[in-house]
Amino acid sequence: MSQPVLSVKKITKTFGDFTAVDQLSFEIGKGKVLGLLGANGAGKTTAINMVLGIISPTSGGVEVFGEDLTKSRIAILRRMNFCSTYTQLPGNLTVRQNLKVFGKLYRVKNLKQRIDEVLGLLEISQLKDRVSGHLSAGESTRLNLCKALLNRPELLLLDEPTASLDPDIADKVRKVVKRVRDEEGTTMLYTSHNMRDVEEVCDEIVFMHKGKILVSGTNEEVKQHFEEESLEDVFIRVARSGDIEAKRLKEAKK
Amino acid sequence: MSWSSISALVLRYLYLYTRNPIRMIELLFWPLVHLLVWGFLTEFLQKHTTDSFPHEITYLIGAVILWDVLFRAQQGVAIFFLEDVWSRNLLNVFAAPVTNADYLFATYIVGFMRATVTSTLLVVLSLVLYSFNIFTLSWALIPFLFNLLVFGWALGMISTALIVRWGPAAETLAWAVPFFIQPFAAVFYPLNDLPAGVQVISKSLPCTYVFEGMRSGLRDGVVPMNDLLMATGLNVVYLALAGLLFVRVMAKAREKGLLTKFASQ
Ligand SMILES: Nc1ncnc2c1ncn2[C@@H]1O[C@H](COP(=O)(O)OP(=O)(O)OP(=O)(O)O)[C@@H](O)[C@H]1O
Ligand SMILES: [Mg+2]
Repeated sequence: MSQPVLSVKKITKTFGDFTAVDQLSFEIGKGKVLGLLGANGAGKTTAINMVLGIISPTSGGVEVFGEDLTKSRIAILRRMNFCSTYTQLPGNLTVRQNLKVFGKLYRVKNLKQRIDEVLGLLEISQLKDRVSGHLSAGESTRLNLCKALLNRPELLLLDEPTASLDPDIADKVRKVVKRVRDEEGTTMLYTSHNMRDVEEVCDEIVFMHKGKILVSGTNEEVKQHFEEESLEDVFIRVARSGDIEAKRLKEAKK
Repeated sequence: MSWSSISALVLRYLYLYTRNPIRMIELLFWPLVHLLVWGFLTEFLQKHTTDSFPHEITYLIGAVILWDVLFRAQQGVAIFFLEDVWSRNLLNVFAAPVTNADYLFATYIVGFMRATVTSTLLVVLSLVLYSFNIFTLSWALIPFLFNLLVFGWALGMISTALIVRWGPAAETLAWAVPFFIQPFAAVFYPLNDLPAGVQVISKSLPCTYVFEGMRSGLRDGVVPMNDLLMATGLNVVYLALAGLLFVRVMAKAREKGLLTKFASQ
């Protein structure tokens, strides 16, 4: 593999005496989509926040575009973006105003045209002059995605981008994500509880359990590993008996 | 520092105010109430006091105007941060390519704009309603205003740092911090009439010298240069310390995941 776009090196995050992320390592090559999976509280969002530099790792490091995140954070952030169910754009501004503000923050060229492009891509052009706070949950998620795509990021972090979307829109969003990956070669880190998303969008997956990697590999490899038919079955098995699986894996390695 | 980031952050704030003109009430209503109360009190005192009564009391209107410059500047900085908390936008901003310096500079500009709106209103109304002319201070007005602005910024950074450290429960600090110091800052009464112990605190605040200087200026027509120099010198120290506190608290926030906690509350 040529130089990875994102390289996470043994990052650990402890809050007091609780370890949220434990020696997590993975890499994503250019144009690949890596799914970060795990039950609620597994440490996915914490890991993403460390890649954004919003949380600093207790130990370990993050390299993006071959550069150390702590050393070149601003230059790196300019070339990446993120979208998360945990954030919203200011509800008291219109859709267009919000995108204008973030477009300027990310120094987007031909901003006006780019705003129209991303709104069209997510099929919410008609909402351009609406107040963001009046959008439905699904529309607001798509607006978040518009913000995330504005600067044509080379690395895109998506934290549950399809949560709160109806099946039709979720399907459209998946298509947009794939289109962006294929047409722009965008590298992505993707978390989702929707295994359909993952099967369709991700090239590789990392399964986390209590902050640690349980298994990683392509979808097929992971399914084979657990001898399960679908990722959904793998997920349920890991969620219900993750500790046993972790122990089994440890012993298998010895 | 990046001008495009700063202007984007300021633009967001302008949209907020132009979209919801009702927000302007906060900028205009309270200062107006203060002006009316202190203005009528001044008129009452002027009518009923003898010459032996300290003359300074009639400068209350000047005090109201100048205090508001400090308060609005502080608010500009502190509310700027809270707006992002309230709209769950905090992570979007802190995950964008924005340095601490960009962020702070944008809050300074917003503080400046808020102070300008309110003080313009107060200056005009005090002239019309009470024939109080702050421009009697002539050139000294500029360094006075600038010092109050800078101290307001410093207090704003301290407020924000405390809010980040202690979480959303500490939100009221955004309004309370300036009033912690108001009793000591000799805003409405001369420094010399404060108890000796309190004077020690007063003398460590840059704004005390501005209010003292204002009274001298209005009374004698001369502004003591010493007061101006003390205010400026102390302000440099406060601004540097407040900036340092802000940067350290932000580093602590990254360590403890404080910003993400805000986002989910
Ligand atoms: N700032 C923080 N302070 C203390 N504990 C935290 C903090 N942030 C996260 N945690 C804890 O770390 C663990 C991992 O949380 P995280 O949000 O990363 O999980 P997740 O995998 O994203 O879960 P979900 O699927 O529910 O989104 C949780 O137990 C959470 O309570
Ligand atoms: Mg999460």
